[in-house]
Amino acid sequence: MPEHQITEEEVRERVRALLKEAHPDKTDQFTFRGKQFDHGLAWVHFPKGYGGLGISPGMQTIVADELHRNAKTTYDDMAINPIGIGMGAPTVLTHGTEWMKTNLLRRIFTGEDIWCQLFSEPGAGSDVAGLATRAVREGDYWKVNGQKVWTTLAHVSRWGMLLARTNPDAPKHSGMSYFLLDMKSPGVDVRPLYQITGEAEFNEIFLTDVQVPADRIMGKEGEGWKVAITTLMNERTAIGGATARRGGGAIGVLVDLWKSRAPAMYSAAHETVMRDRITRLYIESELLRMTNLRARAARKAGNPGPEGSVAKLAQAELNKRIWECAMDVIGGESLVYEPGFARRRPAANDHPSRLLQAKYQFLRSRANSIEGGTSEVMRNILGERVLGLPGEPRGDKDIPWKNIPRSA
Amino acid sequence: MEFSFTAEQEELRKTVRRFLDNESTEQTVRKLMETPSGYDPRVWQRMASELSLVGLAIPEQYGGAGLSAVETGLAMEEMGRALFCGPYLSTAVLASGALLRCASEAAKKRFLPEIASGKTIATLAVAEQPGHLDIAALKTSAKRDGSSYKIDGIKNFVLDGASAGVIFVAAREGGALSLFACDANASGLGREPLPTLDLTRKLGRISFSGASAEKISSADISAPLADTIALATAILAAEQAGGAARCLDMATEYAKTRLQFGRAIGSFQAIKHKCADMLVEVEFARSAAYNAAFAAADSSRDDLAAAADIAKSYCSEAFFHCAAENIQIHGGMGFTWEHPAHLYFKRARASSVIFGDPIEHRDKLAASLGI
Ligand SMILES: Cc1cc2nc3c(=O)[nH]c(=O)nc-3n(C[C@H](O)[C@H](O)[C@H](O)COP(=O)(O)OP(=O)(O)OC[C@H]3O[C@@H](n4cnc5c(N)ncnc54)[C@H](O)[C@@H]3O)c2cc1C
Repeated sequence: MPEHQITEEEVRERVRALLKEAHPDKTDQFTFRGKQFDHGLAWVHFPKGYGGLGISPGMQTIVADELHRNAKTTYDDMAINPIGIGMGAPTVLTHGTEWMKTNLLRRIFTGEDIWCQLFSEPGAGSDVAGLATRAVREGDYWKVNGQKVWTTLAHVSRWGMLLARTNPDAPKHSGMSYFLLDMKSPGVDVRPLYQITGEAEFNEIFLTDVQVPADRIMGKEGEGWKVAITTLMNERTAIGGATARRGGGAIGVLVDLWKSRAPAMYSAAHETVMRDRITRLYIESELLRMTNLRARAARKAGNPGPEGSVAKLAQAELNKRIWECAMDVIGGESLVYEPGFARRRPAANDHPSRLLQAKYQFLRSRANSIEGGTSEVMRNILGERVLGLPGEPRGDKDIPWKNIPRSA
Repeated sequence: MEFSFTAEQEELRKTVRRFLDNESTEQTVRKLMETPSGYDPRVWQRMASELSLVGLAIPEQYGGAGLSAVETGLAMEEMGRALFCGPYLSTAVLASGALLRCASEAAKKRFLPEIASGKTIATLAVAEQPGHLDIAALKTSAKRDGSSYKIDGIKNFVLDGASAGVIFVAAREGGALSLFACDANASGLGREPLPTLDLTRKLGRISFSGASAEKISSADISAPLADTIALATAILAAEQAGGAARCLDMATEYAKTRLQFGRAIGSFQAIKHKCADMLVEVEFARSAAYNAAFAAADSSRDDLAAAADIAKSYCSEAFFHCAAENIQIHGGMGFTWEHPAHLYFKRARASSVIFGDPIEHRDKLAASLGI
């Protein structure tokens, strides 16, 4: 395929051609991003016709750069549709039906359809393969009953990636199937769950006799775990793999806060300690960014593997430390949390100043080492799946799922 | 070094724990944290009269129980466990500590019995700026006005500053630092409750614009005031040790009962070792806090300042780490508003800043050790 030899300059030319046809400063999000998709510049490593050009994923940075140079309005995938773009699209591409690819990918990219991930349950988090939500085949439909939890964005979602048990007699990993759930179906009850920040980004979902058409299955019946792995691997890369500008993102806010601290707030010795700590965090932020750039360049088209857990683990732990440090920089003022840290649904621009952003992120970042797989689970994956260390002895793998001891 | 508790002291701990088990349940904490004053006057009254907790370290001649910082520390450790919401640190530790160390006999006689009996909620207003607390740099001024004084200045992050009935304020008359008593209803006094990260401990900002007050000290109070703050720092460290211990308990309990992969999560070394590391921290935190309380109680020891620096530096980080690990061990549940883990986490973060953050304490300690 000649596309594989496409040069950086050719990618830039394609971006400029797109901008001639539709410009983000002059048109709305759906229109512009729709055109970006049609030009194959949504996900360059996706095949032609599905929002890509079939080239190396590393070239996506060139697209972003060229857009950044030529337009004031830039869109952040993670803000528009984090789960749809980060995980839904690659899962659909890899395992979806032709109907799904043709009808869903473009609307995921534009942000017209928000997606959510219905994996975790009260009794199944790290051990998501232990889940208990049941799907039973009834004619042309699957009837689904169960409870999901921590479902980010479910309250605004059009589609949900639903993992459910179709055979409780089989061992856990081979008794699940993966469905595309229309969130507007009768029997889907979405209730807010409030977080440490006071916000309800996530939800608990009660599924009662929900009917899912038989052709909304992804992958084969009983092979849901394989599909779920695609979603999870992409999730880790989407969370850990951002390649912001040098000194941008969290570390940028921390450095700005430090530079604008009130004079004489700290003793000279205190300043020296803080300065060293911030510089250390700067170094780690840079190295995470570079590691991600390297991983991106090396990645072939196709889905990421277990090594994505390097970035996921590093990002989670680093981010928590950056915002802890920011609170120390703010000092006494960090005792004061402006009203607004109360129970509510999040809205864009909730925390406009750097100070408010730091206070918010200090709390929000605690989830980084939990969401998308905990840091402990990431370490297990790196140890066992990447380094090949022996696994822990397991008693839950080869027995029927229904015989495994479970929490309520 | 004497480093154990008497039977009476152990009994006191049990009494306080039993009391708080009933009066400071999670449900109560959540209710009180949403109120402006943040405490229940009925419970405060019982703590003062039935348990003599408010006047624990106040001498009997002033209506107190005549005990020491060791008992206050024990009580605060239990309050830290229970995330008790009330003006204990402000009234029973800071205000009464300042009166005992800085005030005239007449002022002691007037205010201490009222405090010990639970009648008066009092606080001490010292800090002015965010950043490190430097007594020598305090700017709030006092001017004589007939038989009383007029105070001008702003005090920030005052514990229970918006609800206390009496505010003891450190202000300068010329060069000398003195202690003044200012009634909550005094003219020229502006009080603003601060929205806080830690909803379980209330803070206020107080502006004095010619607020009338009474001078209650004679000599310069810089040294006894520093001593009072060292005492309060030591007692706050005990509260932190209690909070850390509670986080460890919650985490361990959950690790024993939460099943994933067909087994208790505590059977995974990643979790088991976290709990074990927390246990070491909790034990160190206790040693640090007890040592500081003993140093405060023992007039033959002259190392309270250093002991308080050690305690506050260590206990702050131990509590924060245990509170953070407690969230982590609870997974998604630990991140919710409904679960109490975040209440401890926020308390831990906030109390690490009050009376100076760990770096500040280590800086002071290093200087005193010649390191
Ligand atoms: C903000 C946020 C958003 C989320 N959004 C979504 C979403 O949109 N969709 C969705 O499906 N889920 C979502 N989740 C759920 C998330 O994936 C789970 O919380 C996570 O996988 C952990 O599961 P758990 O909460 O049940 O904790 P548990 O799995 O019960 O873990 C408890 C503790 O045990 C440890 N542990 C568990 N197993 C092991 C092991 N084998 N070895 C060592 N330690 C272990 C964990 O690391 C953790 O510390 C979200 C979570 C958060 C916090």
